[in-house]
Amino acid sequence: MPWGSKRKSSRMHPKRKQRLLVIGVLVGGVGLTTALVLNALNENINLFYPPDQIVAGMAPVDQRIRAGGVVVEGSVFRETGSMMVSFLISDLDGSEVPVTFEGILPNLFGEGQGIVANGRLGADGVFVASEVLAKHDENYMPAELAAMRGRKPPMGNEVDSGSNGYSAGG
Amino acid sequence: MIPELGHFALALALGFALLLAFVPIAGTYTGRVVWMRSGGSLAAGMFAFLLLSYICLTYAFLADDFSVAYVAQNSNSLLPIHYKFSAVWGAHEGSFLLWTLIMAGWTVAVALRSQGLPLDMLARVLGVMGLISIGFILFMLLTSNPFDRLLPMSPADGSDLNPQLQDFGLIVHPPMLYVGYVGFSVAFAFAIAALMSGRLDAAWARWSRPWTNVAWAFLTVGIALGSWWAYYELGWGGWWFWDAVENASFMPWLVGTALIHSLAVTEKRGVFRSWTVLLAIATFSLVLLGAFIVRSGVLTSVHSFAVDPERGFYIMVFLLLVVGGSLALYALRAPVMRADANYDGLSREVMLLVNNVLLVVATAAVLLGTLYPLIYEAMTGGDKLSVGPPYFNAVFVPLMLLLLIAMAAGPLARWKRTSFDELWRQLARIAVVSVALGVVLPLMFAGALDLWAVVGVSVAFWIVLSLIQDTLSRVAHKGDWSSRLAAVPKLGAGYLGMWVAHFGIAVSVIGISMVVVYSDERDVRMMPGDTVEVGGWDFRFDGIRQVDGPNWSADEGIITVLKNGRERMTLLPQKRHYPVRGMIMTQAAINPRLTRDLYVALGEPLGGQAWAVRVHYKPFVRWIWLGALLMALGGVMAAVDRRYRRLAERAAQRRESVAGNLAEGTS
Repeated sequence: MPWGSKRKSSRMHPKRKQRLLVIGVLVGGVGLTTALVLNALNENINLFYPPDQIVAGMAPVDQRIRAGGVVVEGSVFRETGSMMVSFLISDLDGSEVPVTFEGILPNLFGEGQGIVANGRLGADGVFVASEVLAKHDENYMPAELAAMRGRKPPMGNEVDSGSNGYSAGG
Repeated sequence: MIPELGHFALALALGFALLLAFVPIAGTYTGRVVWMRSGGSLAAGMFAFLLLSYICLTYAFLADDFSVAYVAQNSNSLLPIHYKFSAVWGAHEGSFLLWTLIMAGWTVAVALRSQGLPLDMLARVLGVMGLISIGFILFMLLTSNPFDRLLPMSPADGSDLNPQLQDFGLIVHPPMLYVGYVGFSVAFAFAIAALMSGRLDAAWARWSRPWTNVAWAFLTVGIALGSWWAYYELGWGGWWFWDAVENASFMPWLVGTALIHSLAVTEKRGVFRSWTVLLAIATFSLVLLGAFIVRSGVLTSVHSFAVDPERGFYIMVFLLLVVGGSLALYALRAPVMRADANYDGLSREVMLLVNNVLLVVATAAVLLGTLYPLIYEAMTGGDKLSVGPPYFNAVFVPLMLLLLIAMAAGPLARWKRTSFDELWRQLARIAVVSVALGVVLPLMFAGALDLWAVVGVSVAFWIVLSLIQDTLSRVAHKGDWSSRLAAVPKLGAGYLGMWVAHFGIAVSVIGISMVVVYSDERDVRMMPGDTVEVGGWDFRFDGIRQVDGPNWSADEGIITVLKNGRERMTLLPQKRHYPVRGMIMTQAAINPRLTRDLYVALGEPLGGQAWAVRVHYKPFVRWIWLGALLMALGGVMAAVDRRYRRLAERAAQRRESVAGNLAEGTS
């Protein structure tokens, strides 16, 4: 009975001592966890930069950041023979940033659509995306882009079915 | 006419909610039994009118009434009829009507199933649920009326239900999730009622336990369905993204898990009472916070509804009222309730405390990561950022690992005091065997070792073996094996429910570690005739054909799957085009088996006859959701433990005799 012997030898009330120990361990544990959590947070945030800031050189080079904008009409170019694709994103206010991406683009990706990309900005000013996000509701604008322009959800039969640059022949 | 009737019914339901929030509780202060008894009928009235309102909205969908804005935005005359039923909850307004209806359903359920509850307690519980319902119904009437008309310029046809929601998973996912979310309002109402009365005793915990278990089980199923849906519908093959909206449902689940364990301690041992109350408040507050995150659109997410500051503001105010009000009540009342702690440094109480601390810390970490973009934006005056999945993994995985390790020892530890030696004697062997299995099984399966696979599988066996050990020691006093086996069902539904739920965790842990470690994925450009090898299988692209559905047309890829040169199956992934919304949808083709999924999704056409194709090999991915179903089953099993019913019956008898005495005394 290890607890019994301790109980008699201690001067402090055993229950209080025990509780103090539990609280001490808890505070220590929570403190350590908080430090680890904040460290992890610090290392894994991706700052968002709109096109004008990237063009102006305000975005850091070769760091994980997020860029977003509207895909410029006619700018989407696919390399033949590979999965490489490049396009321009714009803030619709004169600033455009070239983006490259290797892989499968999301369904809602299309010219004139708002997208957000995770990736790194190269020294040459080309944004190399590791992930491209487009929203699964075409009425929806990412919060980052909503500030750039007001966009009314299409109603009724005003929907333009050709706007996504891809049509299933059928 | 029918939509106006629905709107009117909604207003009447608000009237019932107002009465429900006021009359029964006022009865407890004035001692009017009739007022206290009115809770049940008022709840029924609220439910009936919300149901009527819901039926009216469903009717508007079935009748293609596109003069109703919500119908026009979320339906179409070509939409298949079963999707017209589910389209009712396909967007914000209707889904909130369903949410409120479910809230009223829970209220009626509490009124019906609480014969054992003292009258004043039931009156308070129903009153608190009425208060919450006021908030919900008012929210709908003020900011999100699903019956708003588009007159006189109503469109000829609707702009269709979002194609992504035209799917079985999305039919069942939101109702399950909502039943779980709103179900935690019962635990919350019980906690608030107990605070009001100052009777925060074991009986209170006993009443709230079954309700909390059932709500938790539904939330578990809802989250699992959402994960499964995202897996096959989004076409990325991922099953969890640490997306803001996923986190919004996961946080109440984590704290709710802490709550069902803390309630157990409060019921069995009478300790942790104040803490349990705080958890009940926290769980429901996180439900409301989740509603805020999802419905205000303040956070970027793949799921969120359109941005609407007005709705966000309303929910924020409601959330602050609920949190502020309940914490103020807590501050006033909590000091009254002192627990006489009587347990040692190593006991089941302490193990459950460890469970609670880890779950709450994990929740706090998820909360921080989820809200950090908002905090940062507010602090910097508009700069935006996102927190990536690596943050959540780095924080969440180690905490859960500690939790899983403690989980094995929890059921083995005894109440009040347990000796370390005794625990170790039971666990040492298990530790050795589970690490051995953790090394051998992944090696046999994949032929390669990986630290995380070893850790995951070991921990899963650590949990399962300790559960078996625990059961064996509980029936050890029965003589031979057959009578021991016969004694297992007699251990009680509560115990067996715990067993099944913990077993479910182990199953999910195996699924998660295997799929994370041994998945194989390729995004490739394929011409007809091309073959790609993924996870030991060969996938041959045999070209594209056209197929048509009721409200879509599609390119369908023909992929022949071969193993060792022999054709084994054909997978037919589709790229669907929904003309009304002009939307493209990926329909992945999946060949599911217990130990692996083969998963193929079409990307985009790359010119000529080439297509981008995404091929996945996902070992044990089903186990993630299977484990969640087992957890939910365990939760329900524990809730139907006969113990609760017996106690309720006994309490009802006692109350009747007391009431009889009272009646004699007053007459």
